[in-house]
Formats: sequence, C-alpha cells, structure tokens
Amino acid sequence: MSATTAHPPTAESTERVRSMLTAAHPGRKRVDRTMTVLVWGAFALAMVPLISLLWTVTSNGIGRISMDFLTLSMRNIFGGDPTGGIYHAIMGTLIITGLATLISVPIGVLTAIYLVEYGRGALARSVTFFVDVMTGIPSIVAGLFAVALFTLILGPAARFGLIGAVALSVLMIPVVVRSCEEMLKLVPNELREAAYALGVPKWLTIVKVVLRTSVAGLTTGVLLAIARVIGETAPLLVAVGVTDSINTNPFEGRMMTLPVFAYRQYSQGLATCPGGESATCIPDIALQNAWGAALVLIVLVLLLNIIGRLVNRWFSPKLR
Amino acid sequence: MTDSPPRARARATRRRGSDRGFNRVFRWIAVGSGVLILAVLAAVALFLLWQAWPALTAGSDELATAVPRYPEDTSFVAYVGPLVFGTLLAAILALAIATPLAIGIALFISHYAPRRLSQVLGYLVDLLAAVPSVIYGLWGFFVLAPFVVPIWSWLNEYLGWFPLFAGEASPTGRVLATVAIVLAVMILPIITAVSREVFLQTPKLHEEAALALGATRWELVRTAVLPFGRSGIISAAMLGLGRALGETMAVLMILSPGFLYSFHILDSAQHQTIAAYIALDFPEASGLAVNTLIATGLVLFVITLAVNMGARAIVARRKEFSGAN
Amino acid sequence: MNLSRFTRAGSAVAVGVLALSLAACGSDPEPADTAAGDDTADSTETGSAEDMESLSGQLSGGGASSQEAAMNAWRAGFQQMNPDATVNYDPVGSGGGRTGFGDGSYAFAGSDAALDEEELAAAEAQCGPGGVIEFPGYVSPVAVAFNLEGVDSLNLQPETIASIFLGEITQWNDEAIAADNPDAELPDTAITVVHRSDESGTTENFEEYLYSVAPDIWTEEPSGVWPVEGQESAQGTSGVVGAAQAGEGTITYADASQIADLGTVAVGVGDEFVPYSAEAAAEVVAQSPRTEGTSEYVYTIDLERDIAGTYPIVLVSYSLACTTYADEETAGLVKGFLTYLASEEGQQAAADAAGSAPLSDTIRQAVMPGIESISAG
Repeated sequence: MSATTAHPPTAESTERVRSMLTAAHPGRKRVDRTMTVLVWGAFALAMVPLISLLWTVTSNGIGRISMDFLTLSMRNIFGGDPTGGIYHAIMGTLIITGLATLISVPIGVLTAIYLVEYGRGALARSVTFFVDVMTGIPSIVAGLFAVALFTLILGPAARFGLIGAVALSVLMIPVVVRSCEEMLKLVPNELREAAYALGVPKWLTIVKVVLRTSVAGLTTGVLLAIARVIGETAPLLVAVGVTDSINTNPFEGRMMTLPVFAYRQYSQGLATCPGGESATCIPDIALQNAWGAALVLIVLVLLLNIIGRLVNRWFSPKLR
Repeated sequence: MTDSPPRARARATRRRGSDRGFNRVFRWIAVGSGVLILAVLAAVALFLLWQAWPALTAGSDELATAVPRYPEDTSFVAYVGPLVFGTLLAAILALAIATPLAIGIALFISHYAPRRLSQVLGYLVDLLAAVPSVIYGLWGFFVLAPFVVPIWSWLNEYLGWFPLFAGEASPTGRVLATVAIVLAVMILPIITAVSREVFLQTPKLHEEAALALGATRWELVRTAVLPFGRSGIISAAMLGLGRALGETMAVLMILSPGFLYSFHILDSAQHQTIAAYIALDFPEASGLAVNTLIATGLVLFVITLAVNMGARAIVARRKEFSGAN
Repeated sequence: MNLSRFTRAGSAVAVGVLALSLAACGSDPEPADTAAGDDTADSTETGSAEDMESLSGQLSGGGASSQEAAMNAWRAGFQQMNPDATVNYDPVGSGGGRTGFGDGSYAFAGSDAALDEEELAAAEAQCGPGGVIEFPGYVSPVAVAFNLEGVDSLNLQPETIASIFLGEITQWNDEAIAADNPDAELPDTAITVVHRSDESGTTENFEEYLYSVAPDIWTEEPSGVWPVEGQESAQGTSGVVGAAQAGEGTITYADASQIADLGTVAVGVGDEFVPYSAEAAAEVVAQSPRTEGTSEYVYTIDLERDIAGTYPIVLVSYSLACTTYADEETAGLVKGFLTYLASEEGQQAAADAAGSAPLSDTIRQAVMPGIESISAG
C-alpha cells in the first residue's frame, strides 16, 4: 500500500471541489466570513469560563499565599488558626502524581506503540477493549482496587503514597494509551517507509522517526493524562488517607495532596472562634485555605505544562 | 480494511525476516506492556465484578433493607435505570455543547489565529484541563449557578414549549443544565487538544492543493482539514465523553439530585449521575450497600464500553477519509 | 539552532531547580510556645504532659467526617504533648470507619452510628478478648436554620417542623408558624426545603428526631437518606448551608457551628421553646439512658427527645477503639490519645474549635476504666 493510493482524489470529490469553486463568488465570501466569525466566536466563548474560573480562584486564593503558606505544614494547626501551610500537600501531590506518571507513561506509550506498530489479532483487540472499558472507571473504584491489591499483601492497615499512585495509574493509563495511539496514527507512513528503505531497523525507526515526529502530540497526551488525575480526591482519600505532617516517603505513611486538602478544608466549613474574630482566629480560614491550595495547584499544573512544552520543543524535529 | 496500514507494514517487515536482535527485544517490550495493561485492567474488572456480585445476586428485599435509598419491590435494573438516564443525559448535553465549540477552537488555533499567538492560546485552553474537578465544583456552586438563574428562568418562560426547558426553573440554578455546562467546560480542552494536534497534521499537500484551486479559508478547512481530521475528532469526543460520564466531584457539588426519568433540565431534584451517586453514598455505606454501589459502578462500565464501541464502529466506517496513511 | 537548544535546556533546568529549591525548604510549623528542636520540646509548659511519659510513633484512625474539626483539635493537642507522636484521621465516612475498624485498617475510628451486631462481632474478633470500647466522644447540636429576610429566630413546635420538611406547609406566613411567633413579621414567601443529598449521620439524626416527636406526621423510618422527593438538596454541611444562604425562604438542618448568619429555630420541647446551645445539647445526652445489655465498655445511648430544658436535636458520634492491641506502641498511643480525647481538657478543645457539647462526667467516669485498660497482648 503506497502513499498515493491511500487518499485517492476520487472523481466525485474532484467534481465537488470544482463545482464549489465555480459557485457564486459573493456567497462563498460571505460563508467564509461567517465561519471566520464563528470560529473566533467559539474561541472567545471558551475564554469566558476560563477567565471567570481563573479570576475566581486567583481573587479568592491570592490573599492566603505567603512564604509560610508555601513552606509550612498544617501540623498542630486547627480551628480558626490562620498560620500553617500546604507544603505537605504540595510535596504529596508532586510525589504521588510523579510516581503515577512514572508508572503510566512508559507503559501507556509502549502500549500505544504496540497497538499502532505491531498489534493485531486477539491480544490487540482485547487490549483495545479493556482500555475502552477503563476510560469509564469511576475514580473511587480505582482507589478501592489499589487498596484491595496492597492490603492483600501487606495487611489491612497499609496506606501509603504508592497505593495512591497505583490508583491514579489505573485512571491515567487509558487516557495515555488512547491519546498517544491517536497521535502515533498521525505519523505519515511515508516517513516509516523512507526509514525502512534506508535500511533502518524497525525499533530505531519507531524511536527516531515515529516518536520524534509525534512528540508534540505525545506531550499533549501525557499532559492531558496528568491533568486528568492531579485533581483527584476520592481515590486518594481511600488509598492514601490524609495527614497534617510532612511525609516525603511514598512507601510509608499517609500523605496529603492539594485537591484532597482543598476539599477537606472546604468541607470543614466555619471554625468556631470563642472570643470572636481576631488575628489568631479567623472563622472562614478553612475556605481561604481551600482557595489558596486550589490556586497553587493550578500554578503547579501551569508550570508542568510549560516544562512539557520545553521538553517537547527540545525533542521535536526542526521542520521549518 | 480491518487491518490498519501500519499493521500491514509490520507483517511485511516480518516477512522480510528482519525480526532479529534488538528488533525482537523492542517488539517484546511493546507486547509486554500491552500484556501488562491487559493484566491490570482485567484485574480491575474482575475486582469490580467480585465486589459487585453479592449485590447482583441478592434479592430485592435484601437490597431494600441494606441500602437506604433502595425502593422496595424494585429490581436492580429498575433501580439503576434513572441513574443511567441521568448519566447519559448529562454527558450527551455536555458533549453537544463542547464538541462544536472545541472544533471551532481547534480550528482557530490551527488555522485562523496568527501563528505566534496560536501556541499561547493553545496553552490557555489546555489550562482548563488542568483545573481540578473540586475547583470546578466550587466555581459551579458559588459562581455559575447563581449567574445562570435568570437565564434559565428566561428560557423556561419563553421556550418552555421545548421539552428540555419545560417544568419549573429552579430558584438556585443547581440543575442538570448547569452541570452540563460545567462538564462541557471540563471536556472542552480534551477535545480541543486532540483535534488541534490532528488538524495540525493535515498534509500540507492537501491544503496547498485546495488553495491552488482558489479555495477560501473556510473551503480549505472544509475540503482538506475536516475530512482528514474526522476520525481524530470522533476519538477526541469519545475521550471527552469518557471523562464526562465518570466525572464525580463537580456533579456532586453542584447538582441537587433526584431519581426520575425526566427531560426537565432546568428543574431541580430530577437527575443524578452514577459517579456522583457512588461518591455521595459511599462514605456512609457498609456491607451490602457498598456492594450495591460498586454494582452501579459496573453499570457505568457497560455504558462506557457501549459508547466506545459505537465510536469505534463509526471511526472504522469512516476510515477511508482519515488520510493519515 | 544549537544556541537556542541550549537556552531551552537552560530554562528547563532553571524551572527544575526552582522546583527543587521549593522542595528543600518546607517544614512542620514549630509550636509557638516552645523552643525549637525535638530535644527541648518534651516541655514542661504543656501542663498535663508532666505526669505522663511522652509517647512516640504513628497512630492512624478514620471514619466520620463530622468529627473532623474536633479531631483536628484533639490531634493537635495530643501531638503538642507528645511531639514525637503523629496521629492521623482519614475522614472517609462513618461506614468506611466502621468497616475499617472491623478489619483492622484503623486502630481507632469515629462513627455517627453505633456498631450494629454484625459489625460488633467483626470488631470483637479483631480486638480480641478484652472487647470493644465505644463511647459518644463527639456530641454536636444540629440546628434547624433558615434564610428569611428580617427574621433571626422562630419558635416552632415539632409537628410544625415535620410538616414544613415534608412540604405540607409551603408558605412562611402559614398559620401554624404564625401561631407560635406572634411578634415575628412573616413574609408571604414560599418555603424551600434544602436537605443533604448524601447519606449522612446528621440526616439520620434529624429524621430520628422527627420520627420520635411527630410520629403521626413523619411516618418514614429514619435511614440516613432523605425520604421526601422533589426538594432541593446539596452535598455536605457546607453544601446545604451554601444553598440555604443563596436562596430566599430556604430552611435546612445542619451542624450548629456551621450555620453562619442564618436564622435558627427554637425547638418546642414540652411547653417551652429551646434554642440550640452546646449546653442544652450536652444535657440531653447526659439525661438520656444508656443502652441496656451492652458489654462493659460499650457506652451507647438511647436519646430521649422530650426532656424539658434540653435541646433534642443532636448528632451523637461515637469513638471506637479496642482494649487489646498487637503491639505496645499502638496500645500506648491509643490509650494516650483517647485519654486526652475524653478528658475535660480535650472535650473543651473540641468545643472551642468545633462548637461541640462536652462529655458529661457520668459518661466520662463510665468509659475511663475501659480506656485505662487498653494494653498490648
């Protein structure tokens, strides 16, 4: 199968293009202008919730951001006490999401490679089948699964970061596979054929040609997958538990993450201040903490996106 | 045409007998990760089935005593029916809002916006994907719901003849229509990101050919970009739908739920989705009630599977248009 | 191109370094009143720590999220006395707490409902010969709160409350409401009931109250989920309070410490109307009888909702622990932590932080022997 026959300009489609091009000129221009307006409009419309969201989070959260908030944990902080911070949650999010990424991305990308470059027969079909099923997994079920898996081996009290990372991986892998599969399919076959024609072995073709050509798309896919899981709360609450203290060891002890922290703080609602509102007791401090943590989480993901784009630029072939 | 061209390629390669040395190692690594995923995902599915089994085999009397929300004398199917309905309605509405918008945005970034600007704009939209669902929940609850109340009551008043807008508009705005908007915003970046990458890969030759024939920009898009990207758009929409079906927190925090088969999306206490339902009742559940919740999760699996298979069938039928290879 | 590749790599490295530098500078906050460093922290300043050996290690429990705010206060108080100890509490919900306690996931647990027979059997199997300790460690008044322009408080008879929440009384100026509130200016506003959309101990408690005081009107068995269909609802206490604040003419039930600026109902008990307060809530728990036929250290109560002068709508949340643990460290930590939790000091800390009603002396004296008997074995 060669490149020229894969997308044949059929007589019908040529005819369609010709008839379209010979149609009344002003009408075509009008349609073009309308569509341009619609496309710009679609973009403008999407910006409305984005700006509203960012504004809500920033204006509510910025007041809480300080050096203490970023570098202290919440150990021994309770009630309306406005000290303490989210350092433990930042570290927890980085470590657990990082581990989940480390588990899911190699497996996911390699599976996508398998499906696109090698896969056929029953195995490929069943992988596709299960990946499809798994995109709809309710997140709490992933948490329960991971807990069941680890407690089977380590006894009922096992709760640590890695369990959460495994739970997140179960959620993440299908997204990585599906989006990377789509990106690998986009690599034109001409490129593969050119490489084979030069005598390049298949594995090297995949690594040097296929992966490098699709690196922008793969990065997008991976970033989407990270974004999918970095905001999870329910599975982490079940699998990792919560803590107020700093724990950077994902193999032992509970950890806190930013979304869980934000959600728990929101749920706690108002604090009771027996002596009324003062500098040491602010009734709605929990809600402020929640917004602050949300802002930090968004900034973190933004940084991640920027790093991803840098890596991407660094690796992708220079076409122009 | 069941075999995609790369697979045909793989066979050709093997026939040439070059499956030696590192080639073989690499192939085994790839196959190995496929098998690993299969094992993990099959384990999750089995775990689910194992956990759901007691509820699936229990009689309806037993379930009615163990699960507080379970109505008496109801079969399991009748019990999850409204949940399935609510889940599908919310996801379909979200998809109907998000897909055209996302295609528009993707086109804007790939073909309309000035090149320098387009990347930055792309990041901006990606940023939406990065917002955790708890924050969408907070935003929907505090900002969007109060904001849409007058719009919903206007729709209800003047377009009430349309089945979706019938009923009585809720005074709090915490209804399925609001949830659908939030879900649409959540899946917008997913669909946009994938479609954008696909559009950017449109073969230059196709585009140039269209331009050479004197096509306007829209005609270029219609004749070269969209046909090329169709299967990609469908896959992207399915990825988005997967997220919309499984979304928990945002629905949980915004929707005022009910268990009815109702199209009144402006009315409160009408709908509930499976994922939100599980998360709402899971904390207090124990024993058979937990099994029942997991069984409802199993139903979500089946829905997702059906939707995905449908999408794959569409993509397969349209394969001749996906000009990648 | 090479140059730009280097700048890109450089900026990537810079971002990485930034992340690492952030990673290097975090710490747990130091107690404000003690000097820095672990060696000086087993202080003399924290009063009751003097006569107690300082404990160390990790203790993990979980359960009802209603106890979370109080639990934060208890954990902080205990950790200040024992700087090397860390206590964690997963707010996974009562059901998760009871299940986790029964299968050994949690060394201690909190639950809005007492253990049922099956769960008690599982817990006893897990705990060994000494059995289970169960006592109402967290008691919190549940307020009936409303949002009505110009009205801060209302007197309502139980029957009226039941009819309102059933949706049978639909206007705020209904005669049944007006009869008990001659001085209030009741507007002609529709009543919007807001209930919890999640299954919750608060809902179950409120239902139990309505079921026991107005059985003719409220006929649904209490279950933890709201039985009336077609009403507004929201998730969690924060959710119902937020929804009630957002609408006009709304009424809801919620943990009394969370209702912010909403108006509250003084509930009819006998001939009088009792507004919510921690004291009146503590009183109903103190005066209600202990459940009969339980084992020695299981102190559960059967609430009586019509004792004069008490506030009858309370959430009673139980603390669960074993009398025997597999290892010395856990036994010591649980013993120390529960001793603090049940102490006057601990109960006051929870009252200050979460607005709960302190444990009565009678109950404390009944459960302390159980807590003191905790040992490794």
